Amino acid sequence: MTDFLQFNGISKGYPGVQALSDVSFSVRKGAVHGLMGENGAGKSTLIRLLSGDQPADAGEIRIDGQPQHYSSVRDAFQAGVIVIHQELQLVPELTVAENLWLGRFPGKGGVINSRTLIETVRQKLAEIGIDVDPSTKVGQLSIGERQMVEIAKAVMLDARVIALDDPTSSLSSRESEILFALIAKLKAKGTIILYVSHRLDEIFRLCDSLTVLRDGKLAAHHPDIGEVTRDQIISEMVGREISNIWGYKPREAGAVRLKVRDLSGSKLPVPISFDVRAGEILGFFGLIGAGRSEMTRLVYGADNRRSGSVEVDGVKVAPDSPPQSIRSGMVLCPEDRKHDGIVQGRSIEENIAISSRRHFSPFGILSPRKEADLADTFIARLKVRTPSRKQDIINLSGGNQQKVILGRWLSEQGVKVLIIDEPTRGIDVGAKSEIYEILYDLAAGGMAIVVISSELPEVMGITDRIMVMCQGRVAADIPRTEFDERRILAAALPDTSPVAAAQS
Amino acid sequence: MSSLKKLLLGEQGLVVIFALAFVIVSLTVPNFLTERNMLGLLQSVVTIGIVACTMMFCLASRDFDLSVGSTVAFSGMVAVMASNATGSIILGLLAALVCGGVVGLVNGVVIARFRINALITTLATMQIVRGLALIASDGRAVGINDPAFYQLALSKFFGVPTPIWIMAALFVVFGFVLNRTVFGKNTLAIGGNPEASRLAGVNVITMRIWIFALQGLVCAIAGVLLASRITSGQPNAATGLELSVISACVLGGVSLAGGRAAMTGVIVGVLIMGIAENVMNLLNIQAFYQYVVRGLILLIAVLLDNLRSTAVGRRG
Repeated sequence: MTDFLQFNGISKGYPGVQALSDVSFSVRKGAVHGLMGENGAGKSTLIRLLSGDQPADAGEIRIDGQPQHYSSVRDAFQAGVIVIHQELQLVPELTVAENLWLGRFPGKGGVINSRTLIETVRQKLAEIGIDVDPSTKVGQLSIGERQMVEIAKAVMLDARVIALDDPTSSLSSRESEILFALIAKLKAKGTIILYVSHRLDEIFRLCDSLTVLRDGKLAAHHPDIGEVTRDQIISEMVGREISNIWGYKPREAGAVRLKVRDLSGSKLPVPISFDVRAGEILGFFGLIGAGRSEMTRLVYGADNRRSGSVEVDGVKVAPDSPPQSIRSGMVLCPEDRKHDGIVQGRSIEENIAISSRRHFSPFGILSPRKEADLADTFIARLKVRTPSRKQDIINLSGGNQQKVILGRWLSEQGVKVLIIDEPTRGIDVGAKSEIYEILYDLAAGGMAIVVISSELPEVMGITDRIMVMCQGRVAADIPRTEFDERRILAAALPDTSPVAAAQS
Repeated sequence: MSSLKKLLLGEQGLVVIFALAFVIVSLTVPNFLTERNMLGLLQSVVTIGIVACTMMFCLASRDFDLSVGSTVAFSGMVAVMASNATGSIILGLLAALVCGGVVGLVNGVVIARFRINALITTLATMQIVRGLALIASDGRAVGINDPAFYQLALSKFFGVPTPIWIMAALFVVFGFVLNRTVFGKNTLAIGGNPEASRLAGVNVITMRIWIFALQGLVCAIAGVLLASRITSGQPNAATGLELSVISACVLGGVSLAGGRAAMTGVIVGVLIMGIAENVMNLLNIQAFYQYVVRGLILLIAVLLDNLRSTAVGRRG
């Protein structure tokens, strides 16, 4: 059979990150093709390019030998390419039939022919074996049914290529079975299915061929999935040994600097206590929803406490007030940089000086010269890549924004405790090591550092001690000498998952 | 061509457009560029100009204040009634400032502390305060007893009436506060990203309360000058002022989404509104058309602003 869908030398970069570089592979007609890779390997970027949402920097996509030059999602539709995202694109207030016809309703002079509308959809749904009433409102359907409707929409548009982005992540196993049957039917019709998933068992069950991406590059292409093993795929996904990007250096820990006792709040009902010493980097690890960020916000005073105390160098920090925390020498680099960290529309200079300028602004009157010097100092010291200190912070890459926020706090004299939530989320590998270096330097200078991360390799790579959180409690407190991936994960996993508990 | 575009859409685009319009109007409209007309023009924008100073801060921090018109009328009323009652103009002025400040403070506390939407809160206080002005005066104008009160608006320094000097002084003061003080920078930061500013140690609640309190005080100053000029406390004075002031700010490039403001822009915005009205008066255009023209100017200004920000976006 001929190669129907081809990716030739696809490259795509975003500011600060090369998401894809020179990726080429092809898929046969009527094949279900798997696409695998770790988070950030470039799968979603590739899908986004295929969907027409964004153009590639270089390379081309060919369908049936024809190079495609679409510049919008609509163009991609016309070419027969439909991407079904995790967040579904249906209007909940409209019926199934209306959703399927949306944008090209049948009828004359703007009056919709509702019989045609419903009947054609009923026929189509029956044809591909989807058991949904076309006159139901989409909002009343389950997630699985909505996904079926999305796929039906793709079929109605005569899609030649359908890409599914992690489709079973929110489906029950029964719904997944229905989806798999549907995929088999589409395959029999000759449609290409591009199947993105983390689940190896699904990949092996459904796919005929497989591509593995790693760090934006093609790691492996298997035209016949029968010739690969699970272990082989896993090692292709993980690839290089990544232990050396951490550059961990052991340090001496001094006296206790941050002392948290019985701290609780409305989002963290079980009181929590811990200490962090001068020169120590303490890691907090846990699954999403384990309460790490809630704990962080409580310690910093961003959310209101219900009980407990926080001390920095033996002095109690006034509750519920970020300004008071800063004056006590405790600062926070928040998890969601865009929402909680950077002040958009203002310059790097202003973002750095926002807090520390009070030290050199007598009677609240600014000293532009000092502010500029301060900005230049930290741009140089933290290696922020920018043409000028006047640059709007929104134009910087994630890594450089993080450095500016670090600069904001380092420009405060006498920071004793630095809390940094997801220090390298959305930051490329090069900038990651730079940020780790900064943290080691600060710790070596006597600062107490708390790192919150949902990336286990990162927490294990850079911290001296890990506190594992699970369902709002501390489940384990493990020193570096005893770091063990399995033990940490076991502590992070709830005994009964909330999903299982809810279903039983 | 491209340099012209750059000039018009650049940072100082509005100033350039204003200068062009001023030159054209001076050359074509008779009696426009005379000392008497210029002073009259400036005097006509005193209320808008003064209130625009603090409205700029309000908008720059992503807030909104509809109660300014009522506060101007109410504090003017209070100034007249208090000085009539006590026989002291100073006490009257103080009473007006206190009343204006209290209205602003209440706005600020309700909005910042109790997290009520600024539009709703000031819509409510706008009506309450107007009501208070009507109740206090029983709906009638209150005449001024002491002729010295008129002198506030009538007196002149170097041939220029005092209210214009006061407006100019407030322009300078608030321009300085916006650009060269922590207060101004914090205002812009709150407008840019309130949560990030809070976590960066800016006391957002206190800042917002202060901004509204200042707005109230400045409204009181405008109210006193207005009462002095119209020689009485009028409960129905300054109706619709809030919209003119917000228009002038938006004309001057203040972003309703917060985070962007410039004093020069606001001054130009105020003057454009004043000139448009003045020219139409000089040309004997019926007052009803003036509403249409004002609206059109505002629309064109925002469209230009939109063009400018997309141009900036493309460059960045």
